[in-house]
Amino acid sequence: MVEQAGGLSGGGADLQIQGVTKRFGDFVAVDDLHLQVPEGAFFALLGASGCGKTTTLRMVAGLERPTAGRILLGGDDITDLKPYRRPVNTVFQSYALFPHLSVEDNVAFGLRRQGKVSKGELRTKVGEMLELVELQQYAARRPAQLSGGQQQRVALARALINRPRVLLLDEPLGALDLKLRRAMQLELKRIQTDVGITFIHVTHDQEEAMTMADTIAVMNAGVIEQMGAPEELYGHPRSTFVANFLGQSNLISGVVKSKQGDEFLTEVLGTTVRASKVTSRDLEGDVWVGVRPEKVILQRPGEGRQEELNRLSGGRVSDVSFVGVSTQYLVRMASGQELMAFEQNTGERRPFAVGDDVDLTWLAEHTFLLDARQDVRAGAELGDGE
Amino acid sequence: MSALSHVPGPTGGTPDVQATDPGTERRGITGYLLMLPGTVWLLLFFLVPLVTLVSSSLYDPSGSLATGYSMTGHVQNYADALSEYGSTFVRSFLYALTATIACLLLGFPLAYAIALKAGRWRNLMLVAVIAPFFTSFLLRTLSWKLLLGDDSWVVNALQALPLVPDDLRLLATPAAVITGLTYNFLPFMVLPLYASLERLDVRLVEAAADLYASPFTAFRLVTVPLAMPGIVAGTLLTFIPAAGDFINSELLGNPRTRMIGNDINDLFQASVLPTASALSVMLMVAIVALVAVYVRRSGTDELV
Ligand SMILES: Nc1ncnc2c1ncn2[C@@H]1O[C@H](COP(=O)(O)OP(=O)(O)OP(=O)(O)O)[C@@H](O)[C@H]1O
Ligand SMILES: [Mg+2]
Repeated sequence: MVEQAGGLSGGGADLQIQGVTKRFGDFVAVDDLHLQVPEGAFFALLGASGCGKTTTLRMVAGLERPTAGRILLGGDDITDLKPYRRPVNTVFQSYALFPHLSVEDNVAFGLRRQGKVSKGELRTKVGEMLELVELQQYAARRPAQLSGGQQQRVALARALINRPRVLLLDEPLGALDLKLRRAMQLELKRIQTDVGITFIHVTHDQEEAMTMADTIAVMNAGVIEQMGAPEELYGHPRSTFVANFLGQSNLISGVVKSKQGDEFLTEVLGTTVRASKVTSRDLEGDVWVGVRPEKVILQRPGEGRQEELNRLSGGRVSDVSFVGVSTQYLVRMASGQELMAFEQNTGERRPFAVGDDVDLTWLAEHTFLLDARQDVRAGAELGDGE
Repeated sequence: MSALSHVPGPTGGTPDVQATDPGTERRGITGYLLMLPGTVWLLLFFLVPLVTLVSSSLYDPSGSLATGYSMTGHVQNYADALSEYGSTFVRSFLYALTATIACLLLGFPLAYAIALKAGRWRNLMLVAVIAPFFTSFLLRTLSWKLLLGDDSWVVNALQALPLVPDDLRLLATPAAVITGLTYNFLPFMVLPLYASLERLDVRLVEAAADLYASPFTAFRLVTVPLAMPGIVAGTLLTFIPAAGDFINSELLGNPRTRMIGNDINDLFQASVLPTASALSVMLMVAIVALVAVYVRRSGTDELV
């Protein structure tokens, strides 16, 4: 009963997904997906429920066959390789722990099948792994006798002990309460840094993706909307879906007028708004002019610095909510659109009240431009919280 | 989204789960009341006949129904019965065991297919498994007698084949008896197996594949252990009645394929009460002992 999981040669173990499509009958779950995950990366796949995240992971694990496209690991085509021959392990969304085996035997399962280590070595490795996830004293228990968080750690240990080239994590923290989830996020990040294995972490929690990952791919309806470092995705969203799904955004209708030096000049609500070329795509004509609510500084009409700030005048505060660290304002513009502004409660200035007239000001480098043909509400309902 | 709902319950042979049943402390009188009808039923129709049976197995064997029996505590009945019918006992258990294994080999793939592969045909296939119960046991076995008879088309067709002797007989052979037993008890194997396999979480099999288990290894280490309650229940439901059966041997066998059920039946018919009773008691004790050992070894004590 010795099965080899190896047999793969080649250089850097980066995972490449090339034009992968998965159809279930007529339904396209994953549509012509292209991805490249560098070796040792902590890669997050972020997207709303049903957008094809699990399906993508299952194809990488070999549990689902792509309808079209290729999957490469370190240069080797693994598209047709059986799951038990892939150096890839999964932490399943449902954990899928073996109910008839003890925690210890669950964790040892993969190493036993590979048959590469001696009995003594196996015991040592299982012990070390249980120590890593702090479950030594539960080794003899059955999964049903553990809490949700403990089961999740068993699932993690069971996959991690095999030192796969790629570890797939399918919303492994979904069942945990907020506090435990935060603790496990840090733990996972620490383990990944320690062992240096490529992690592909699927989640629909944008905050989780941003805290943990080096690279985030935002997925929507079977395609990757945008991919990049968390700061980049947050600061320079390239679609309305990303702008709304990852945090919140003010998107205002505008027109690109000219390009000047390293800035675009746009006209928004009758005033000129400058957008840095660094943060914006090269667009012409109608655009959505975007700015994150926490980047907006509210000023009394005409007050404050003039030159370097974008300024939209004629707003009136229509709602104020105090949320502890910050105060969130809704400002109604003359056009009827309501814009958001989040301010830290520094106490430097008396907060505004409903009905106050205000100007919205922000820096050119915090402005991003998006194609006006996109749905301004895309991803908005999905992105707020969970 | 709640992954907790996927947490496997204490099925699949986990006798040491310390499940804290919230109802444990509140059972009280209600529990006993619920047990009452069953208890009365068992007392009347199981315990009373059992006592009668055991006592009649100790009667003086020189009596008869006409002259009446006297209770002499004649333990020698057992030794006598055993020396005379011991080989029949062995044969009965051998036939029952063979039929049980055959049922398992036929029933497991069938139950697996119905539970996991049949899709929308599942219910139809289940009905097909139960369908034989719509006609009587006796009638079905009689049909087998026709089917295996010396002039049946089955035998004629087989005889026409090369390498098959022209005087081939199917009826009145041990094979016929075992085939009959297998046929008659197959549903008792398939249904509990189906119940176990239907609850099998296929994601566990996928997890095994993800952890380097080949399909065969995954079957051996995940599917079979999780189907264990069904396997144990199925083999018991097949073996126990098969070991005491006499219809199949009567209709499909010959005098040398007699099973213990045949002897007990004949002895009761001939009113040799003490020997018949002693054999019945021994059959029961033997089955209970075998079952106890079997259940203990397969680690599914919660079934009993
Ligand atoms: N075996 C299948 N047959 C048919 N449709 C499927 C199958 N598996 C998945 N789908 C469909 O494919 C789409 C993507 O499913 P997938 O499980 O990948 O979503 P997900 O992004 O992981 O969602 P979630 O965040 O809820 O886990 C869904 O609309 C789902 O209904
Ligand atoms: Mg999923």
